[in-house]
Amino acid sequence: MQFMLLFSRQGKLRLQKWYVPLSDKEKKKITRELVQTVLARKPKMCSFLEWRDLKIVYKRYASLYFCCAIEDQDNELITLEIIHRYVELLDKYFGSVCELDIIFNFEKAYFILDEFLLGGEAQETSKKNVLKAIEQADLLQEVRPGPALAKQNVPLFVTV
Amino acid sequence: MPAVSKGDGMRGLAVFISDIRNCKSKEAEIKRINKELANIRSKFKGDKALDGYSKKKYVCKLLFIFLLGHDIDFGHMEAVNLLSSNKYTEKQIGYLFISVLVNSNSELIRLINNAIKNDLSSRNPTFMCLALHCIANVGSREMAEAFAGEIPRILVAGDTMDSVKQSAALCLLRLYKTSPDLVLMGEWTSRVVHLLNDQHMGVVTAAISLITCLSQKNPDEFKTCVSLAVSRLSRIVSSASTDLQDYTYYFVPAPWLSCKLLRLLQCYPPPEDGAVKGRLVECLETILNKAQEPPKSKKVQHSNAKNAILFEAISLIIHYDSEPNLLVRACNQLGQFLQHRETNLRYLALESMCTLASSEFSHEAVKTHIETVINALKTERDVSVRQRAADLLYAMCDRSNAKQIVAEMLSYLETADYSIREEMVLKVAILAEKYAVDYSWYVDTILNLIRIAGDYVSEEVWYRVIQIVINRDDVQGYAAKTVFEALQAPACHENMVKVGGYILGEFGNLIAGDPRSSPLVQFNLLHSKFHLCSVPTRALLLSAYIKFINLFPETKSTIQEVLRSDSQIRNSDVELQQRAVEYLKLSSIASTDVLATVLEEMPPFPERESSILAKLKKKKGPGAVSVNELEEGKREAGELNGGGERGGDTHSPTSLPLFSQTTITHSFSHIISSSLVLEDRMQNVVKNNHKQMFFCF
Repeated sequence: MQFMLLFSRQGKLRLQKWYVPLSDKEKKKITRELVQTVLARKPKMCSFLEWRDLKIVYKRYASLYFCCAIEDQDNELITLEIIHRYVELLDKYFGSVCELDIIFNFEKAYFILDEFLLGGEAQETSKKNVLKAIEQADLLQEVRPGPALAKQNVPLFVTV
Repeated sequence: MPAVSKGDGMRGLAVFISDIRNCKSKEAEIKRINKELANIRSKFKGDKALDGYSKKKYVCKLLFIFLLGHDIDFGHMEAVNLLSSNKYTEKQIGYLFISVLVNSNSELIRLINNAIKNDLSSRNPTFMCLALHCIANVGSREMAEAFAGEIPRILVAGDTMDSVKQSAALCLLRLYKTSPDLVLMGEWTSRVVHLLNDQHMGVVTAAISLITCLSQKNPDEFKTCVSLAVSRLSRIVSSASTDLQDYTYYFVPAPWLSCKLLRLLQCYPPPEDGAVKGRLVECLETILNKAQEPPKSKKVQHSNAKNAILFEAISLIIHYDSEPNLLVRACNQLGQFLQHRETNLRYLALESMCTLASSEFSHEAVKTHIETVINALKTERDVSVRQRAADLLYAMCDRSNAKQIVAEMLSYLETADYSIREEMVLKVAILAEKYAVDYSWYVDTILNLIRIAGDYVSEEVWYRVIQIVINRDDVQGYAAKTVFEALQAPACHENMVKVGGYILGEFGNLIAGDPRSSPLVQFNLLHSKFHLCSVPTRALLLSAYIKFINLFPETKSTIQEVLRSDSQIRNSDVELQQRAVEYLKLSSIASTDVLATVLEEMPPFPERESSILAKLKKKKGPGAVSVNELEEGKREAGELNGGGERGGDTHSPTSLPLFSQTTITHSFSHIISSSLVLEDRMQNVVKNNHKQMFFCF
């Protein structure tokens, strides 16, 4: 995988993970163009498209688009399931995750992603093991009381 | 909702994010951000040393601001300081910051590498993983220099924890991709390959990505992985859904690992060892069989995972290209997917079939689906699926179905998106030439192309049709007649005028007998378009006019009148003026013999070696050139010069006076006499198309 972007329907970027070295300027340009392209797609269209010399795999969960850029020889369907697995992980961690969780806990979204994918490849595909690793790390954290944030949002998906 | 109950919720950060979200305008947002930046700057510079928690909070705020899209030019030092904290969360944020805001300051790099080194040797698996993640995320050359030697050791050491091994494998992969010269596997090779047998599925999953990449660059050194991969795959494919426990995904056993194993096998030719090969074939058959079984779950995740393995298996079968039975089965499976409810599957089936089409074993099987594909071209609502269908038609085209396919592609072209037209035009032109038995069909096709999509007919395409007409006596009359008729259309494309001008200039005599296309009629037809054309076209037309004077002396005075007019001999364009003047002079002073020699019929173009076909870049999927096409291409090239004698020494190029070479042929002096240029051009256009693809939605 070359990069993964999460963005809202208004085109606001919520997470950007780059697995190839690119300058900040290039990243901004790619983001702008790709977000525009994906947002222009209609609902019934297929989840894959060709863009530059990459294949783009995307899926919308509630208000968030999950968009991955893979290379020509990579498998599109399994990438769709990588996206799904990541959503499952977020969902389990946050308990019925929604976009706000990712906005306010963006650093956690990155940490969870790093436990699942590294260098653009899946490193651990057991949901249990990934969550265990994150929980263990959380146990090492300081516990400080924080404000309970009122959330009236649509969860990304219904837990299976 | 445990949004902030897990670990610590940095209250200040949450409030700041809320503030930003409540900003009503971009200006307000920038104002709030600047306020915060000033605050953080002063805190960092302040006399009081910040505690870890505060530092972490501010670094995190800076990170948030950066990810919003604003530039951050400070905070790196503080982030690096966080690395040496013994509190996990502080380290974590520090690492995240420096992975995202990569800085090339050498002092910082030195400090970062030091911190990483400490964490790597800490023997604390959580810290080690943090460090490895950072190296994998940044992957800089400096890090490779510092750690490329250490990481393989960690990877294969007996006492390394599984989770650390996983991170080490992918970390090493990243370093190898960016600095392959610094990652020397040498003594580690066999131990790394052996990871394929590891008990822990996660370790295997991570290691196999590394092994696949290494195998691609050093196939011989890693070839022992093939048999290990086959046995691993075999075990997974034949396992019950309860065997693999948490590695089963929606009733599919280890789909990610299965796909990766199948990918690894695509780095190598079919196994030589009979037993291994047998086992693998059995595996592939099982996968194909499972596709026919009723699904164990209605969830799309189940079918995606199952089909992901299926498509990867089909890729492997196509890559081997040696088991006819498997190839035909693969083709049938894809054929079923062509009509599936799910658009994704139809898309992937079309894509996969393109590669199948170039295999000699399955080419015929692919052709049986032509009606379905044509239907897809006409009825699919998603333009990317329609494009795949067009690619597949191109790939499955051969002598038997060329006429049908070209006709379908032409009608598709009439309504196709502008961004893909150039690619389509090239494809149609290539197919028409490659499979033409009857060259009048070829001429018709190209002229149709110009009519339908004139703007997208590049030079190479219409140069080619002219070359072919010149080289083939049998089609010259037909070409002249057809082009004459096409020019009669009120709004005809400039490319048509170019082709028409050239062909009538060379072969107008073949239709001059008919009063409807007498010389003067031909001239007036061409000249009626003259003022609508660009300079290069007008230049071409002027050349056609002088050729007319040679062919049809009765037109001499009319044409000279035109040449003599101010708009020609005093034309502001140098080229046009020069031609008008020279041609006028030539027509006045040359005797008929000299004129005839100078304006002799164009000699046939020499064909270039078809070995250029072999040099064509192999485009993955649709435009791929298979070995069969190479052979066919060689035969076609020879045929192009067919059709009758050209007789007479005076016709050979070397005996033409220099004058004709320069004025008549100079505008075509760079003609490339090969259809291979069209294919080259197409590869470039396709690449460019993908850059512009987003306009078509």
